[in-house]
Amino acid sequence: MVTLKQNQTNAHSRILGLGIYRPDVVVTNDDVCQWIESSDEWIQQRTGIKTRHRAAEDVDVLDMSEHAAREALAAAGVEASQLGGVIVSTISFPYLTPSAAAALAHRLGATPAPAFDISAACAGYCYGIAQADALVRSGAADYVLVVGVEKLSDVIDNSERSISFLLGDGAGAAVVGRSETPGIGPSVWGSDGSKWEAIRMTHPLTDIRAVEQGRERTPSPDLLDPETGGMREDATLWPTLRQDGQTVFRWASWEVAKRAQEAMDVAGVSPEDLSAFIPHQANMRIIDQMAKTLKLPESVVIARDIADSGNTSAASVPLATHRLLSEHPELSGKLALQIGFGAGLVYGAQVVVLP
Amino acid sequence: MASKEEILTGLAEIVNEETGLETEAVQLDKSFTDDLDIDSISMMTIVVNAEEKFDVTIPDEEVKNLKTVEDAVNFIDNAQA
Repeated sequence: MVTLKQNQTNAHSRILGLGIYRPDVVVTNDDVCQWIESSDEWIQQRTGIKTRHRAAEDVDVLDMSEHAAREALAAAGVEASQLGGVIVSTISFPYLTPSAAAALAHRLGATPAPAFDISAACAGYCYGIAQADALVRSGAADYVLVVGVEKLSDVIDNSERSISFLLGDGAGAAVVGRSETPGIGPSVWGSDGSKWEAIRMTHPLTDIRAVEQGRERTPSPDLLDPETGGMREDATLWPTLRQDGQTVFRWASWEVAKRAQEAMDVAGVSPEDLSAFIPHQANMRIIDQMAKTLKLPESVVIARDIADSGNTSAASVPLATHRLLSEHPELSGKLALQIGFGAGLVYGAQVVVLP
Repeated sequence: MASKEEILTGLAEIVNEETGLETEAVQLDKSFTDDLDIDSISMMTIVVNAEEKFDVTIPDEEVKNLKTVEDAVNFIDNAQA
């Protein structure tokens, strides 16, 4: 029997370039207060959010992805034809199939690069970096594009108050490639499906079908009026996002922060070695509590893009990283701890060398 | 194991650290939300710190039942037993 050949591995990988798309439409807290009973002060105090960006009606997930990807490729000095993988992380691409990634690869001129989407919500970008790092170092690809993109405005109900007012749209992209030196530490990533419902859609798509076909459906508790027990008058057939804020806050601020510590430990890095901390931009108070739990020294710059961009799920870590590098160009080449966490519940963290 | 008085004192210190409220304001009959103006996120921080301080477990689903300081003191007291 012949001996199989296997890929020649690459010793190291790193993030070579970043790109973003930040939509033009700015939604202020005063705008939000037209939909829910609240105030600018209340929202800022509880979330740290002042504005969030939402994509125009004619701008879709692919448009945002393409914009971010082209900038990332240019920053990395990599041609689309050199890509050996295109990974798109999103929960808001409105097709179950085919993937956003295959269409994006085609738009960029990366065909026939392997292309696939991943569903890891707010951990999606860090999940994508974990996969890109593995693909590059295994020799399966020399360059991989990772895009975190969301048009969450399509999957929210402005009138509910558990999550919708936090969310924004946007895209961030990174090109991961082979490197002479280590640029991506081991990923600490995982899931806890026991909290599957902590961040959720109100109901499955199959409920739309049931209603269309005149069949009974079991109404989701999210759609019921707590007073009457009947279906809420404003319940929509289109599923939208909900969360149990307290559960998520506790899990993120203490449990997930421990995973971020592990990512430093396995990379052989202490808080003093870090120059930046780039957590998923879920809520300013989660960011503050995580930094406290991790005992980060004051010298570590903390990404706080959430104030202007809101929570953009899979796009938040690359958007925040891009902004950090624009405001602090001296951070280029330095170590950053990045961590994503969200619906699943899932988390993913790694220490990276900033491009 | 802490007595109820010690739990109240410890809880008042935790509330003070999270919100800046004077410890004297944290009395048994006070409601966390209506009297002490503690929001849901601060409440969770207080719960986690109380778990650590008194070595008890306060499940997420239990937190909504802790409406007054007395509710919290009693829960912690029972959980210690």
